[in-house]
Amino acid sequence: MTPVATTFFFYFLAFFAIASAIAVITRRNPVHAALALIVTLLSIAGFYLMLYAPFVAAVQIVLYAGGIVVLFLFVIMLINLEKNVREYQFNKQWLVGILAALALGGLLLFVFQRGYDIFPRSFAALPEAENTQQIGVWLYGNYMLPFEIASLLLLVAIVGAVVMAKKRI
Amino acid sequence: MAEISTLHYLVVAAALFMIGTIGVLTRRNVIIILMSIELILNAVNLNLVAFSRLYGLHGQVFSIFVITDAAAEAAVGLGIIIAFFRNKETVNVDEVDLLKW
Repeated sequence: MTPVATTFFFYFLAFFAIASAIAVITRRNPVHAALALIVTLLSIAGFYLMLYAPFVAAVQIVLYAGGIVVLFLFVIMLINLEKNVREYQFNKQWLVGILAALALGGLLLFVFQRGYDIFPRSFAALPEAENTQQIGVWLYGNYMLPFEIASLLLLVAIVGAVVMAKKRI
Repeated sequence: MAEISTLHYLVVAAALFMIGTIGVLTRRNVIIILMSIELILNAVNLNLVAFSRLYGLHGQVFSIFVITDAAAEAAVGLGIIIAFFRNKETVNVDEVDLLKW
């Protein structure tokens, strides 16, 4: 399948991803921030589709936008945030925090400028029709141990979250 | 502009990482801090999948594991928030100072 209008879609998705990420960190109401996070996650799923990764895009939409953000919204519903929404939202160290993040951004710019020619120019052969099959072969072949450990981690997380949220253990 | 290369995706991922870091360091509401951590994890995932286009499918498999770990960590973090909110009726991280001198 030949790509169409790649440049337009890249800048379109990049604008939505970055603008809604800024909306996540600046909104006063956490529900607005959760909705902006959904827009960011869907833009990143669009990026994965442009990068010939349809399975990861589907996992991103189902797990992240459809699981994790729904979990956030449930917890926002359970917690009474009326008083918090009216208070001042930024903490005392906000200036130092922004300076530290800008220093990190400067470091990343330096890395990008220096290492511009390191990456190979040719893309690997990733046939889009076999992406899910190939990921399945690797998940159950080479990456079987991390797969089992991830399932154990999810079990521990479920038990831990239920125990911590119960009223009486 | 020029043709969209890997560097374009890396710059977008770096911008998302920086925005997530600013959110973690600046906000008082702990739920927004957890959402900023999810932004950071998504930036890392975008980096992994962008590189997997050059080097093979390893990056995509690893990004699936990152998404799984992000789900587990979000669940545990939100459980902690619920437990803490039950004790002290606040979600501001600068009021979590029981162990402070």
